[in-house]
Amino acid sequence: MIASHWPALQVALPLLVAPMVMLLRGATLPWLAALVTSFMAFAIAISMASTVLEGEVIVYAVGSWPAPVGIELRIDELSALLLLIVTGASSTTLLAARNSLTAELEPERHMLFYAAWLLALSGMLGILVAGDAFNIFVFMEIASLASYVLISAGSDRRALPSVFKYLIMGTIGATFYLIGVGLIYMMTGTLNLADMESRLAEVEELKPIMVAAGFITVGLALKAALFPLHAWLPNCYTYAPHIATAFLAACSTKIALYVLLRFDFVVFQGNLIGHDVQFSGFLMPLALIAILVASGVALFETNLKRLLAYSSIAQLGYIWLGASFVSKAGLTASVVHMFNHALAKGTLFIAVACLGLRFASLTLQDLKGAARFMPWTMAAFVLAGMSLVGVPGTAGFISKWYLISAALEQGYQGVVVIAVILISSLMAVAYLWRVVEAAYFGEALTSSSSTTAEKMSEAPPLMLAVVWVAALANVYFGLDSTVPLALSEQAATALMEHLR
Amino acid sequence: MEWLGLYNYWVFAVVLMMGFYTVIAKGNLIKKLLGLSIFQSAVFLLYITMDKVDGGTAPIIQEGVSDQIFSNPLPQVLILTAIVVGISTTALGLAIVVRIKETYDSIEEHEIQAKDNHR
Repeated sequence: MIASHWPALQVALPLLVAPMVMLLRGATLPWLAALVTSFMAFAIAISMASTVLEGEVIVYAVGSWPAPVGIELRIDELSALLLLIVTGASSTTLLAARNSLTAELEPERHMLFYAAWLLALSGMLGILVAGDAFNIFVFMEIASLASYVLISAGSDRRALPSVFKYLIMGTIGATFYLIGVGLIYMMTGTLNLADMESRLAEVEELKPIMVAAGFITVGLALKAALFPLHAWLPNCYTYAPHIATAFLAACSTKIALYVLLRFDFVVFQGNLIGHDVQFSGFLMPLALIAILVASGVALFETNLKRLLAYSSIAQLGYIWLGASFVSKAGLTASVVHMFNHALAKGTLFIAVACLGLRFASLTLQDLKGAARFMPWTMAAFVLAGMSLVGVPGTAGFISKWYLISAALEQGYQGVVVIAVILISSLMAVAYLWRVVEAAYFGEALTSSSSTTAEKMSEAPPLMLAVVWVAALANVYFGLDSTVPLALSEQAATALMEHLR
Repeated sequence: MEWLGLYNYWVFAVVLMMGFYTVIAKGNLIKKLLGLSIFQSAVFLLYITMDKVDGGTAPIIQEGVSDQIFSNPLPQVLILTAIVVGISTTALGLAIVVRIKETYDSIEEHEIQAKDNHR
């Protein structure tokens, strides 16, 4: 009964609760409402993922109008995994949100924050379930507009110019995507992705389709912060409220990547001759540069949040790199790294939120000796950091392993790629070590600074519990990665089937 | 002069680039938003142009008329949605500009940067 409507409810639930959250007052009630909604969405995602794991693709015709006339929601392995990432990250970070947000935003405005959070969540989920190019655009804008609001809630005034920049660049990206969709519609007369694929096979004049591929790739690369289009990301992550950073860093850029993978492999790869060569020729160099440059910048960054933001750009490079191989192994690595990176970076940013409660400034200089006051938080940080680097036994190792084995299939090109992966892993060790060095071995600032002994204590129990659950998840999925791997492999197989 | 017949598409390209240029070149945040709006409007024009069928009318079925040619209504509906999205973006952008004006007392990009660098 109701289970058959889960694809629609997945999106509709947070969308409907969002305006109701606006009616609640105080710091606790809106938080509880958002939390419960997010966990319900998580439960729906788990249920759908278990159906998809059995090899069934969920297709839902909105209003019982079958595709291509009606709007189709479609949940396959790729979207099921991403649904798990988004709802899981949202639920975990929301658990820690109340304590963290109270320090940054006055309680009268909390309900606005949580309403925007639910709208962002619903937008992201909408992108993932949609099987229709225009619906993806609308949901993308819902998610983006809500994220702008989340970021602008940051207590530092520099959040405002950063978010303005993000708004401009994000809108340009979305508009590029819209132009691309328009051009394809012009040639095929359909907006349904699966229908586009079959109708494109009959189109003779392919030039507009190539132009569309260009617009869509660049537009989504802007949204996904692919180097060199990443300019908006570091400032937004740095000045957003800590807990919003944790949520957005875990999800938002990966959603744009998901759309690109879906669009490119379903619609373009099978229909444009030589597109796979162009695709990898365009993306692989950019991904490699992103990995090296962003890791290099992170090496010299002094603000902890900005350091992690640059590390995110480098890690996104890995995901793009895997996709740019246009092979089954590469796509598996790419998709499984979306999961593992969300896990590692989410944990790191929740740990940052814990630190943010006790430290007014998050520069490495001010964090000296932090581990003495907050040993548990820092231990979780180190664990997640190890996962980010790819130490065996943590989730990050799984994706690095798959990425390197995918690169080995690439011949002489692969050697360069592996060298870059190894160098950047070492760089990741180095920049995370700078944090560890400051926190564990740095001399704590003298008592003359405003920090009092009473203020310097461990984070609240709930936040500690959350950060440790997340950190242990990194270990768990490093030892037993059956579910994400199975979903990624099936997703990669399904995507590669579109290549002829 | 076949290419002149497609003048709507030329206008689309020119307006698109005008908007894009404004976004990049202007330092005033309001002007940037204006440019962004122009940029989006160009795409509306693209969609509206492509649904036009020569001699086509509104898609209303009339009794006794069977050889009527209709313009494609779908792109118009799509662009109605895109216009709403555009308005929301502009509104949010303007709200952010208002808050920037309140905190920085300026809406010029270089002045805002200068104020942050001085801290």
